[in-house]
Amino acid sequence: MTTAPQPTTAVSNPPVQPMDLNLLPSDVIRASATYDLPEPSRQLEKVAKLIDISKCIGCKACQSACVEWNDTHPEVGENVGSYENPHDLTAEMFTLMRFEEWVNPDTSDLEWLIRKDGCMHCEDPGCLKACPAPGAIVQYSNGIVDFVHENCIGCGYCVTGCPFDIPRISKVDHKSYKCTLCSDRVAVGQGPACAKACPTQAIVFGTKADMIEHAHTRIEDLNARGYDNAGIYDPAGVGGTHVIYVLPHAEKPSIYSGLPDDPRISPLVEGWKGVTKTAGMAVMGIAAAGALLAGFFTRGSRVDDHDEQEAERLVEDDLGGPDKGTGAG
Amino acid sequence: MVKYSERGDHIESTEPVTVSRYRGITRINHWVTAASLIVLALSGLAFFTPALYFLTALFGGGQVTRWLHPIVGVILFFSFLLLFLQMWRLNLPRPEDKTWVANIGELIKDNEEKLPELGKYNAGQKFVFWAMTVLILVLIVSGIMIWEQFFPDLVTIPTRRVAMLVHSLAAVGIILVFIVHVFAAFWTRGTIRAMTRGSVTGGWAWKHHRKWLREVAGRRTQGPAE
Repeated sequence: MTTAPQPTTAVSNPPVQPMDLNLLPSDVIRASATYDLPEPSRQLEKVAKLIDISKCIGCKACQSACVEWNDTHPEVGENVGSYENPHDLTAEMFTLMRFEEWVNPDTSDLEWLIRKDGCMHCEDPGCLKACPAPGAIVQYSNGIVDFVHENCIGCGYCVTGCPFDIPRISKVDHKSYKCTLCSDRVAVGQGPACAKACPTQAIVFGTKADMIEHAHTRIEDLNARGYDNAGIYDPAGVGGTHVIYVLPHAEKPSIYSGLPDDPRISPLVEGWKGVTKTAGMAVMGIAAAGALLAGFFTRGSRVDDHDEQEAERLVEDDLGGPDKGTGAG
Repeated sequence: MVKYSERGDHIESTEPVTVSRYRGITRINHWVTAASLIVLALSGLAFFTPALYFLTALFGGGQVTRWLHPIVGVILFFSFLLLFLQMWRLNLPRPEDKTWVANIGELIKDNEEKLPELGKYNAGQKFVFWAMTVLILVLIVSGIMIWEQFFPDLVTIPTRRVAMLVHSLAAVGIILVFIVHVFAAFWTRGTIRAMTRGSVTGGWAWKHHRKWLREVAGRRTQGPAE
Protein backbone atom coordinates (compact mmCIF):
# COMPACT_ATOMS: atom_id res chain seq x y z
CA MET A 1 0.00 0.00 0.00
CA THR A 2 1.18 3.49 -0.71
CA THR A 3 1.30 6.13 1.98
CA ALA A 4 -1.27 8.90 1.69
CA PRO A 5 0.11 12.25 0.50
CA GLN A 6 0.12 15.33 2.71
CA PRO A 7 -3.05 17.17 1.70
CA THR A 8 -2.54 20.62 0.21
CA THR A 9 -6.18 21.32 -0.66
CA ALA A 10 -9.66 20.27 0.34
CA VAL A 11 -11.01 20.64 -3.15
CA SER A 12 -9.64 17.60 -4.96
CA ASN A 13 -11.57 14.38 -4.91
CA PRO A 14 -10.08 11.57 -2.87
CA PRO A 15 -8.07 8.78 -4.39
CA VAL A 16 -10.05 5.55 -4.40
CA GLN A 17 -7.31 3.03 -3.61
CA PRO A 18 -6.63 2.24 0.07
CA MET A 19 -3.63 4.05 1.52
CA ASP A 20 -1.54 3.97 4.65
CA LEU A 21 -2.10 6.72 7.22
CA ASN A 22 0.24 9.65 7.02
CA LEU A 23 -0.43 11.31 10.39
CA LEU A 24 1.14 9.03 12.95
CA PRO A 25 1.70 8.93 16.69
CA SER A 26 5.37 9.60 15.85
CA ASP A 27 4.34 12.95 14.35
CA VAL A 28 3.18 14.21 17.76
CA ILE A 29 5.40 17.10 18.86
CA ARG A 30 3.59 17.92 22.09
CA ALA A 31 1.37 15.87 24.38
CA SER A 32 -0.41 17.00 27.52
CA ALA A 33 1.15 16.06 30.88
CA THR A 34 3.96 14.16 29.17
CA TYR A 35 7.65 14.74 29.89
CA ASP A 36 9.38 12.10 27.80
CA LEU A 37 7.95 12.51 24.33
CA PRO A 38 10.25 10.95 21.72
CA GLU A 39 11.76 13.36 19.21
CA PRO A 40 9.72 13.15 15.99
CA SER A 41 11.67 11.76 13.06
CA ARG A 42 10.21 14.15 10.52
CA GLN A 43 8.62 17.57 10.30
CA LEU A 44 5.32 17.69 8.43
CA GLU A 45 4.42 20.69 6.35
CA LYS A 46 2.41 23.13 8.50
CA VAL A 47 -1.23 23.18 7.44
CA ALA A 48 -3.98 25.74 7.96
CA LYS A 49 -7.63 26.28 7.32
CA LEU A 50 -8.43 29.75 6.02
CA ILE A 51 -11.89 31.18 6.70
CA ASP A 52 -12.63 34.20 4.52
CA ILE A 53 -15.47 35.97 6.28
CA SER A 54 -16.10 38.23 3.28
CA LYS A 55 -17.05 35.22 1.15
CA CYS A 56 -19.20 33.41 3.71
CA ILE A 57 -22.91 33.33 2.92
CA GLY A 58 -23.95 31.69 6.20
CA CYS A 59 -25.38 28.56 4.56
CA LYS A 60 -24.09 26.21 7.29
CA ALA A 61 -22.95 23.60 4.80
CA CYS A 62 -19.78 23.46 6.91
CA GLN A 63 -21.81 22.65 10.03
CA SER A 64 -23.71 19.94 8.20
CA ALA A 65 -20.53 18.46 6.76
CA CYS A 66 -18.94 18.52 10.22
CA VAL A 67 -21.90 16.72 11.79
CA GLU A 68 -21.94 14.18 9.00
CA TRP A 69 -18.22 13.43 8.90
CA ASN A 70 -17.82 13.28 12.68
CA ASP A 71 -21.10 11.39 13.10
CA THR A 72 -22.30 13.68 15.87
CA HIS A 73 -25.95 14.11 16.78
CA PRO A 74 -26.71 17.64 17.95
CA GLU A 75 -30.07 18.08 19.63
CA VAL A 76 -32.82 19.63 17.57
CA GLY A 77 -32.86 23.22 18.80
CA GLU A 78 -35.39 26.00 18.81
CA ASN A 79 -35.47 29.36 17.11
CA VAL A 80 -34.78 32.27 19.43
CA GLY A 81 -34.73 34.92 16.74
CA SER A 82 -31.29 34.28 15.32
CA TYR A 83 -29.98 32.12 12.53
CA GLU A 84 -27.47 30.75 15.03
CA ASN A 85 -28.29 27.12 15.56
CA PRO A 86 -27.47 25.49 17.92
CA HIS A 87 -26.97 28.48 20.19
CA ASP A 88 -23.49 27.50 21.21
CA LEU A 89 -20.79 24.99 20.45
CA THR A 90 -21.58 21.66 22.11
CA ALA A 91 -19.92 18.31 22.55
CA GLU A 92 -21.92 17.29 19.44
CA MET A 93 -21.31 20.48 17.41
CA PHE A 94 -17.65 21.25 16.75
CA THR A 95 -18.23 24.26 14.51
CA LEU A 96 -20.88 26.96 14.56
CA MET A 97 -21.85 29.84 12.30
CA ARG A 98 -22.14 32.87 14.58
CA PHE A 99 -24.34 35.66 13.23
CA GLU A 100 -23.87 39.28 14.27
CA GLU A 101 -25.81 42.28 13.04
CA TRP A 102 -23.37 45.16 13.26
CA VAL A 103 -23.88 48.80 12.35
CA ASN A 104 -20.70 50.24 10.90
CA PRO A 105 -20.24 53.56 12.74
CA ASP A 106 -18.42 55.09 9.75
CA THR A 107 -21.03 54.35 7.10
CA SER A 108 -24.13 53.65 9.22
CA ASP A 109 -24.53 50.53 7.09
CA LEU A 110 -25.83 47.35 8.64
CA GLU A 111 -23.28 44.62 8.11
CA TRP A 112 -24.19 41.02 8.67
CA LEU A 113 -21.08 39.48 10.15
CA ILE A 114 -21.02 35.72 9.96
CA ARG A 115 -18.10 33.90 11.54
CA LYS A 116 -17.51 30.19 11.57
CA ASP A 117 -16.48 29.49 15.16
CA GLY A 118 -14.47 26.47 16.26
CA CYS A 119 -11.05 25.36 17.43
CA MET A 120 -8.27 27.65 16.18
CA HIS A 121 -5.53 25.00 16.49
CA CYS A 122 -3.14 27.30 18.34
CA GLU A 123 0.59 26.90 17.86
CA ASP A 124 0.76 27.36 21.66
CA PRO A 125 -2.41 25.55 22.81
CA GLY A 126 -3.80 26.61 26.19
CA CYS A 127 -5.89 23.44 26.41
CA LEU A 128 -2.82 21.25 26.08
CA LYS A 129 -0.94 23.27 28.67
CA ALA A 130 -3.80 23.01 31.18
CA CYS A 131 -4.60 19.31 30.64
CA PRO A 132 -3.57 17.01 33.54
CA ALA A 133 -4.15 13.71 31.72
CA PRO A 134 -1.09 12.31 29.94
CA GLY A 135 -1.61 12.19 26.19
CA ALA A 136 -5.23 13.39 26.23
CA ILE A 137 -4.33 16.40 24.07
CA VAL A 138 -1.67 16.17 21.37
CA GLN A 139 -0.21 18.50 18.79
CA TYR A 140 1.10 17.12 15.52
CA SER A 141 4.03 18.64 13.67
CA ASN A 142 1.64 19.91 10.98
CA GLY A 143 -0.01 22.09 13.63
CA ILE A 144 -3.19 20.12 14.30
CA VAL A 145 -4.24 20.01 17.97
CA ASP A 146 -6.26 16.89 18.67
CA PHE A 147 -8.03 15.37 21.67
CA VAL A 148 -7.30 11.69 22.32
CA HIS A 149 -10.52 10.61 23.95
CA GLU A 150 -9.40 7.38 25.55
CA ASN A 151 -7.03 9.45 27.70
CA CYS A 152 -9.50 12.22 28.50
CA ILE A 153 -10.84 12.28 32.08
CA GLY A 154 -13.44 15.03 31.66
CA CYS A 155 -12.03 17.43 34.25
CA GLY A 156 -12.65 20.54 32.14
CA TYR A 157 -9.15 21.99 32.61
CA CYS A 158 -8.97 22.46 28.82
CA VAL A 159 -11.99 24.77 29.09
CA THR A 160 -10.05 26.80 31.65
CA GLY A 161 -6.94 26.87 29.47
CA CYS A 162 -8.48 27.72 26.09
CA PRO A 163 -8.36 31.43 25.17
CA PHE A 164 -11.19 30.97 22.66
CA ASP A 165 -13.82 29.13 24.77
CA ILE A 166 -13.93 26.12 22.47
CA PRO A 167 -13.81 22.72 24.26
CA ARG A 168 -17.10 21.25 25.47
CA ILE A 169 -17.41 18.35 27.92
CA SER A 170 -19.94 15.70 26.96
CA LYS A 171 -22.65 14.99 29.52
CA VAL A 172 -22.84 11.48 28.07
CA ASP A 173 -19.31 10.14 28.24
CA HIS A 174 -17.63 12.96 30.24
CA LYS A 175 -14.97 13.57 27.62
CA SER A 176 -13.98 16.81 25.96
CA TYR A 177 -14.79 17.51 22.31
CA LYS A 178 -13.82 20.07 19.70
CA CYS A 179 -12.87 20.43 16.03
CA THR A 180 -10.14 17.96 15.06
CA LEU A 181 -9.29 19.84 11.85
CA CYS A 182 -10.42 16.50 10.44
CA SER A 183 -7.14 14.91 11.50
CA ASP A 184 -8.57 11.58 10.38
CA ARG A 185 -9.14 12.98 6.86
CA VAL A 186 -5.80 14.78 6.78
CA ALA A 187 -4.15 11.46 7.68
CA VAL A 188 -5.36 10.01 4.38
CA GLY A 189 -4.58 13.03 2.22
CA GLN A 190 -7.95 14.78 2.50
CA GLY A 191 -8.80 18.31 3.56
CA PRO A 192 -11.34 19.01 6.32
CA ALA A 193 -15.00 18.21 5.65
CA CYS A 194 -16.14 21.81 6.21
CA ALA A 195 -13.71 23.15 3.61
CA LYS A 196 -14.73 20.41 1.20
CA ALA A 197 -18.40 21.32 1.59
CA CYS A 198 -18.13 25.11 1.43
CA PRO A 199 -19.95 26.25 -1.74
CA THR A 200 -18.22 29.64 -2.00
CA GLN A 201 -14.79 28.46 -0.93
CA ALA A 202 -14.92 30.85 1.97
CA ILE A 203 -13.23 27.94 3.76
CA VAL A 204 -10.07 26.73 2.09
CA PHE A 205 -7.39 24.38 3.33
CA GLY A 206 -3.75 23.83 2.51
CA THR A 207 -0.24 24.48 3.73
CA LYS A 208 -0.08 27.45 6.06
CA ALA A 209 2.27 29.25 3.66
CA ASP A 210 -0.20 28.82 0.80
CA MET A 211 -3.07 29.99 2.97
CA ILE A 212 -1.23 33.15 4.04
CA GLU A 213 -0.43 33.85 0.40
CA HIS A 214 -4.05 33.28 -0.59
CA ALA A 215 -5.20 35.52 2.26
CA HIS A 216 -3.04 38.33 0.93
CA THR A 217 -4.73 38.16 -2.49
CA ARG A 218 -8.07 38.30 -0.71
CA ILE A 219 -6.98 41.30 1.34
CA GLU A 220 -5.85 43.11 -1.83
CA ASP A 221 -9.28 42.47 -3.30
CA LEU A 222 -11.02 43.71 -0.13
CA ASN A 223 -8.81 46.81 0.00
CA ALA A 224 -9.82 47.56 -3.59
CA ARG A 225 -13.46 47.35 -2.51
CA GLY A 226 -13.00 49.93 0.23
CA TYR A 227 -12.24 47.64 3.18
CA ASP A 228 -9.08 49.49 4.13
CA ASN A 229 -8.61 47.57 7.36
CA ALA A 230 -9.05 44.11 5.90
CA GLY A 231 -6.45 41.73 7.29
CA ILE A 232 -5.43 38.29 8.46
CA TYR A 233 -6.34 36.99 11.92
CA ASP A 234 -3.43 34.77 12.90
CA PRO A 235 -2.92 35.94 16.50
CA ALA A 236 0.70 36.08 17.63
CA GLY A 237 -0.28 35.87 21.31
CA VAL A 238 -0.87 32.12 20.92
CA GLY A 239 2.06 31.69 18.51
CA GLY A 240 -0.19 31.93 15.48
CA THR A 241 -3.04 29.55 14.72
CA HIS A 242 -3.76 26.84 12.19
CA VAL A 243 -7.23 28.15 11.57
CA ILE A 244 -6.92 31.69 10.27
CA TYR A 245 -9.47 34.27 9.24
CA VAL A 246 -9.61 36.97 6.62
CA LEU A 247 -11.49 39.75 8.40
CA PRO A 248 -12.87 42.75 6.48
CA HIS A 249 -12.47 44.75 9.71
CA ALA A 250 -9.29 43.22 11.07
CA GLU A 251 -8.59 46.14 13.41
CA LYS A 252 -11.47 45.07 15.68
CA PRO A 253 -11.83 41.27 15.71
CA SER A 254 -14.24 41.40 18.64
CA ILE A 255 -17.10 42.69 16.46
CA TYR A 256 -17.17 39.20 14.94
CA SER A 257 -19.20 37.62 17.74
CA GLY A 258 -16.51 38.20 20.34
CA LEU A 259 -13.43 36.94 18.52
CA PRO A 260 -10.68 37.87 21.03
CA ASP A 261 -8.72 40.97 20.00
CA ASP A 262 -5.45 39.74 21.47
CA PRO A 263 -5.81 36.12 22.59
CA ARG A 264 -3.14 34.53 24.73
CA ILE A 265 -2.99 31.88 27.40
CA SER A 266 -4.14 33.60 30.59
CA PRO A 267 -1.31 34.49 33.01
CA LEU A 268 -3.46 32.78 35.67
CA VAL A 269 -3.24 29.52 33.73
CA GLU A 270 0.49 30.01 33.17
CA GLY A 271 0.92 30.70 36.89
CA TRP A 272 -1.14 27.69 37.89
CA LYS A 273 0.69 25.32 35.55
CA GLY A 274 4.08 27.00 36.01
CA VAL A 275 5.37 28.41 39.27
CA THR A 276 2.53 27.05 41.44
CA LYS A 277 3.23 23.51 40.30
CA THR A 278 7.02 23.74 40.53
CA ALA A 279 7.23 25.71 43.78
CA GLY A 280 4.30 23.78 45.29
CA MET A 281 5.92 20.42 44.63
CA ALA A 282 9.24 21.68 46.04
CA VAL A 283 7.68 23.09 49.22
CA MET A 284 5.52 20.02 49.85
CA GLY A 285 8.44 17.69 49.13
CA ILE A 286 10.80 19.54 51.46
CA ALA A 287 8.16 19.72 54.21
CA ALA A 288 7.37 16.02 53.96
CA ALA A 289 11.04 15.00 53.88
CA GLY A 290 11.88 17.37 56.72
CA ALA A 291 9.04 16.04 58.86
CA LEU A 292 10.12 12.45 58.22
CA LEU A 293 13.77 13.15 59.06
CA ALA A 294 12.90 15.17 62.17
CA GLY A 295 10.44 12.46 63.18
CA PHE A 296 13.10 9.75 62.96
CA PHE A 297 16.15 11.60 64.20
CA THR A 298 14.92 13.86 66.98
CA ARG A 299 13.89 12.63 70.37
CA GLY A 300 10.53 14.27 70.43
CA SER A 301 8.79 15.61 73.46
CA ARG A 302 8.35 12.84 76.02
CA VAL A 303 6.42 12.66 79.23
CA ASP A 304 8.48 11.33 82.18
CA ASP A 305 7.62 9.77 85.54
CA HIS A 306 7.95 13.12 87.24
CA ASP A 307 5.13 14.48 85.05
CA GLU A 308 2.96 11.51 85.89
CA GLN A 309 3.58 11.93 89.64
CA GLU A 310 2.78 15.62 89.42
CA ALA A 311 -0.46 14.78 87.67
CA GLU A 312 -1.38 12.26 90.35
CA ARG A 313 -0.62 14.79 93.07
CA LEU A 314 -2.73 17.41 91.31
CA VAL A 315 -5.68 15.10 90.89
CA GLU A 316 -5.45 13.87 94.49
CA ASP A 317 -5.24 17.42 95.86
CA ASP A 318 -8.38 18.29 94.02
CA LEU A 319 -10.10 15.35 95.53
CA GLY A 320 -9.03 16.51 98.96
CA GLY A 321 -7.27 13.26 99.73
CA PRO A 322 -6.14 9.99 98.20
CA ASP A 323 -8.47 8.56 95.65
CA LYS A 324 -10.61 5.71 96.86
CA GLY A 325 -9.82 3.84 93.70
CA THR A 326 -13.01 4.07 91.74
CA GLY A 327 -11.00 3.34 88.60
CA ALA A 328 -12.05 4.06 85.11
CA GLY A 329 -14.91 6.40 84.35
CA MET B 1 -16.81 26.87 85.21
CA VAL B 2 -15.84 25.57 81.79
CA LYS B 3 -13.10 27.73 80.39
CA TYR B 4 -10.27 25.49 79.37
CA SER B 5 -12.00 22.15 78.76
CA GLU B 6 -15.05 20.61 77.17
CA ARG B 7 -17.82 19.51 79.51
CA GLY B 8 -17.28 15.86 78.64
CA ASP B 9 -13.54 15.86 79.45
CA HIS B 10 -13.02 13.91 82.67
CA ILE B 11 -10.55 11.97 84.76
CA GLU B 12 -10.89 8.35 83.66
CA SER B 13 -8.70 6.78 86.32
CA THR B 14 -6.42 8.02 89.03
CA GLU B 15 -3.66 5.41 89.54
CA PRO B 16 -2.20 6.09 87.08
CA VAL B 17 -4.06 9.19 86.05
CA THR B 18 -5.67 9.10 82.61
CA VAL B 19 -7.83 11.88 81.25
CA SER B 20 -10.56 11.50 78.67
CA ARG B 21 -9.90 14.04 75.89
CA TYR B 22 -12.16 13.07 72.97
CA ARG B 23 -15.38 11.08 73.10
CA GLY B 24 -16.03 8.34 70.54
CA ILE B 25 -18.18 10.40 68.23
CA THR B 26 -15.49 13.11 67.99
CA ARG B 27 -12.87 10.52 67.21
CA ILE B 28 -14.96 8.97 64.44
CA ASN B 29 -15.61 12.46 63.13
CA HIS B 30 -11.88 13.18 63.17
CA TRP B 31 -10.94 10.01 61.32
CA VAL B 32 -13.61 10.48 58.65
CA THR B 33 -12.17 13.94 58.09
CA ALA B 34 -8.62 12.59 58.06
CA ALA B 35 -9.44 9.80 55.61
CA SER B 36 -11.22 12.28 53.34
CA LEU B 37 -8.29 14.65 53.42
CA ILE B 38 -5.86 11.86 52.52
CA VAL B 39 -8.04 10.70 49.60
CA LEU B 40 -8.37 14.31 48.46
CA ALA B 41 -4.64 14.95 48.70
CA LEU B 42 -3.75 11.80 46.75
CA SER B 43 -6.37 12.32 44.05
CA GLY B 44 -5.74 16.06 43.85
CA LEU B 45 -1.98 15.63 43.56
CA ALA B 46 -2.59 13.32 40.61
CA PHE B 47 -4.11 16.27 38.77
CA PHE B 48 -1.58 18.72 40.16
CA THR B 49 1.44 17.30 38.37
CA PRO B 50 1.94 14.67 35.65
CA ALA B 51 4.67 13.14 37.82
CA LEU B 52 1.95 11.99 40.24
CA TYR B 53 -0.76 11.15 37.70
CA PHE B 54 -0.10 7.46 38.43
CA LEU B 55 -1.92 7.98 41.73
CA THR B 56 -5.19 7.86 39.76
CA ALA B 57 -4.63 4.10 39.58
CA LEU B 58 -5.40 3.94 43.33
CA PHE B 59 -8.95 4.99 42.60
CA GLY B 60 -9.57 3.11 39.36
CA GLY B 61 -8.27 5.48 36.70
CA GLY B 62 -8.48 9.12 35.67
CA GLN B 63 -12.22 9.29 35.02
CA VAL B 64 -13.10 7.77 38.41
CA THR B 65 -10.61 10.00 40.20
CA ARG B 66 -12.08 13.07 38.49
CA TRP B 67 -15.55 11.98 39.64
CA LEU B 68 -14.49 11.01 43.17
CA HIS B 69 -12.35 13.97 44.19
CA PRO B 70 -15.09 16.63 44.47
CA ILE B 71 -17.54 14.22 46.12
CA VAL B 72 -15.02 13.42 48.84
CA GLY B 73 -14.48 17.17 49.07
CA VAL B 74 -18.10 17.64 50.02
CA ILE B 75 -17.83 14.81 52.59
CA LEU B 76 -14.77 16.47 54.07
CA PHE B 77 -16.52 19.83 54.24
CA PHE B 78 -19.45 18.53 56.26
CA SER B 79 -17.29 16.25 58.38
CA PHE B 80 -15.00 19.14 59.25
CA LEU B 81 -17.98 21.37 59.91
CA LEU B 82 -19.07 18.98 62.68
CA LEU B 83 -15.55 18.99 64.13
CA PHE B 84 -15.51 22.76 63.92
CA LEU B 85 -18.73 23.07 65.88
CA GLN B 86 -17.27 20.89 68.63
CA MET B 87 -13.89 22.56 68.84
CA TRP B 88 -14.05 26.22 67.84
CA ARG B 89 -14.69 27.63 71.32
CA LEU B 90 -11.52 26.28 72.95
CA ASN B 91 -9.53 27.27 69.87
CA LEU B 92 -10.20 30.98 70.32
CA PRO B 93 -6.95 32.84 71.03
CA ARG B 94 -6.07 33.56 74.65
CA PRO B 95 -3.44 35.90 76.16
CA GLU B 96 -1.10 33.05 77.11
CA ASP B 97 -0.85 32.01 73.44
CA LYS B 98 1.23 35.09 72.72
CA THR B 99 3.78 34.28 75.41
CA TRP B 100 3.81 30.68 74.27
CA VAL B 101 4.57 31.61 70.66
CA ALA B 102 7.21 34.15 71.71
CA ASN B 103 9.04 31.39 73.61
CA ILE B 104 8.50 28.61 71.10
CA GLY B 105 12.24 27.81 71.27
CA GLU B 106 11.75 26.43 74.79
CA LEU B 107 9.25 23.93 73.41
CA ILE B 108 11.75 22.65 70.88
CA LYS B 109 14.39 22.37 73.61
CA ASP B 110 11.84 20.41 75.67
CA ASN B 111 11.78 23.08 78.41
CA GLU B 112 8.03 23.28 78.53
CA GLU B 113 8.27 24.30 82.20
CA LYS B 114 9.29 27.75 81.02
CA LEU B 115 6.13 28.18 78.94
CA PRO B 116 2.80 29.37 80.31
CA GLU B 117 0.25 26.81 81.44
CA LEU B 118 -2.28 26.07 78.70
CA GLY B 119 -5.86 25.02 78.28
CA LYS B 120 -6.96 22.21 76.00
CA TYR B 121 -5.09 23.59 72.96
CA ASN B 122 -1.77 25.36 72.48
CA ALA B 123 -1.22 28.08 69.90
CA GLY B 124 0.20 25.58 67.40
CA GLN B 125 -2.90 23.42 67.63
CA LYS B 126 -5.05 26.53 67.30
CA PHE B 127 -3.09 27.55 64.20
CA VAL B 128 -3.73 24.13 62.64
CA PHE B 129 -7.42 24.39 63.52
CA TRP B 130 -7.95 27.84 62.02
CA ALA B 131 -5.71 27.21 59.01
CA MET B 132 -7.74 24.07 58.25
CA THR B 133 -10.97 26.03 58.69
CA VAL B 134 -9.97 28.83 56.32
CA LEU B 135 -8.36 26.54 53.74
CA ILE B 136 -11.31 24.13 53.68
CA LEU B 137 -13.67 27.06 53.10
CA VAL B 138 -11.48 28.36 50.26
CA LEU B 139 -11.17 24.87 48.78
CA ILE B 140 -14.88 24.06 48.85
CA VAL B 141 -15.86 27.41 47.32
CA SER B 142 -13.19 27.39 44.59
CA GLY B 143 -13.72 23.67 44.10
CA ILE B 144 -17.41 24.05 43.33
CA MET B 145 -16.53 26.78 40.82
CA ILE B 146 -14.37 24.31 38.88
CA TRP B 147 -16.63 21.27 39.36
CA GLU B 148 -17.17 20.53 35.68
CA GLN B 149 -19.60 17.66 36.10
CA PHE B 150 -22.27 19.49 38.09
CA PHE B 151 -21.45 23.19 37.85
CA PRO B 152 -20.02 23.73 34.35
CA ASP B 153 -21.64 27.15 33.92
CA LEU B 154 -21.65 28.40 37.51
CA VAL B 155 -18.93 30.98 36.86
CA THR B 156 -17.40 32.52 33.75
CA ILE B 157 -14.20 31.09 32.32
CA PRO B 158 -12.04 34.03 33.54
CA THR B 159 -13.40 33.47 37.07
CA ARG B 160 -12.79 29.77 36.71
CA ARG B 161 -9.12 30.50 35.98
CA VAL B 162 -8.85 32.43 39.26
CA ALA B 163 -10.64 29.62 41.11
CA MET B 164 -8.28 27.05 39.57
CA LEU B 165 -5.19 28.94 40.74
CA VAL B 166 -6.65 29.62 44.20
CA HIS B 167 -7.70 25.97 44.56
CA SER B 168 -4.22 24.67 43.75
CA LEU B 169 -2.50 27.19 46.06
CA ALA B 170 -4.91 26.37 48.90
CA ALA B 171 -4.32 22.68 48.26
CA VAL B 172 -0.58 23.12 48.67
CA GLY B 173 -1.33 25.08 51.85
CA ILE B 174 -3.56 22.44 53.38
CA ILE B 175 -1.07 19.67 52.61
CA LEU B 176 1.58 21.69 54.47
CA VAL B 177 -0.78 22.16 57.43
CA PHE B 178 -1.55 18.44 57.32
CA ILE B 179 2.17 17.65 57.49
CA VAL B 180 2.57 20.01 60.47
CA HIS B 181 -0.43 18.40 62.20
CA VAL B 182 0.75 14.82 61.75
CA PHE B 183 4.33 15.68 62.66
CA ALA B 184 3.33 17.52 65.83
CA ALA B 185 1.04 14.68 66.91
CA PHE B 186 3.89 12.23 66.46
CA TRP B 187 6.68 14.41 67.86
CA THR B 188 4.71 15.13 71.03
CA ARG B 189 4.75 11.55 72.30
CA GLY B 190 1.55 10.34 73.88
CA THR B 191 -0.68 12.54 71.75
CA ILE B 192 -1.99 10.09 69.17
CA ARG B 193 -3.80 7.95 71.77
CA ALA B 194 -6.08 10.95 72.34
CA MET B 195 -7.57 10.29 68.91
CA THR B 196 -7.37 6.48 69.06
CA ARG B 197 -8.27 5.48 72.62
CA GLY B 198 -9.70 8.92 73.43
CA SER B 199 -7.61 9.49 76.54
CA VAL B 200 -4.18 10.80 77.50
CA THR B 201 -1.99 10.09 80.50
CA GLY B 202 -2.05 12.47 83.41
CA GLY B 203 1.62 13.24 82.84
CA TRP B 204 0.90 14.28 79.26
CA ALA B 205 -1.90 16.55 80.38
CA TRP B 206 0.21 17.99 83.19
CA LYS B 207 3.13 18.67 80.89
CA HIS B 208 1.32 20.12 77.89
CA HIS B 209 -2.12 21.32 78.98
CA ARG B 210 -1.98 21.95 82.71
CA LYS B 211 -4.83 24.45 82.89
CA TRP B 212 -6.99 21.93 81.11
CA LEU B 213 -5.96 19.22 83.58
CA ARG B 214 -6.55 21.50 86.57
CA GLU B 215 -10.04 22.35 85.36
CA VAL B 216 -10.95 18.76 84.57
CA ALA B 217 -9.57 17.52 87.91
CA GLY B 218 -11.25 20.33 89.78
CA ARG B 219 -14.58 19.36 88.34
CA ARG B 220 -14.25 15.98 90.08
CA THR B 221 -14.62 17.59 93.49
CA GLN B 222 -18.29 18.01 92.75
CA GLY B 223 -18.55 14.24 92.50
CA PRO B 224 -17.47 11.52 90.14
CA ALA B 225 -17.70 12.62 86.54
CA GLU B 226 -19.51 9.54 85.44
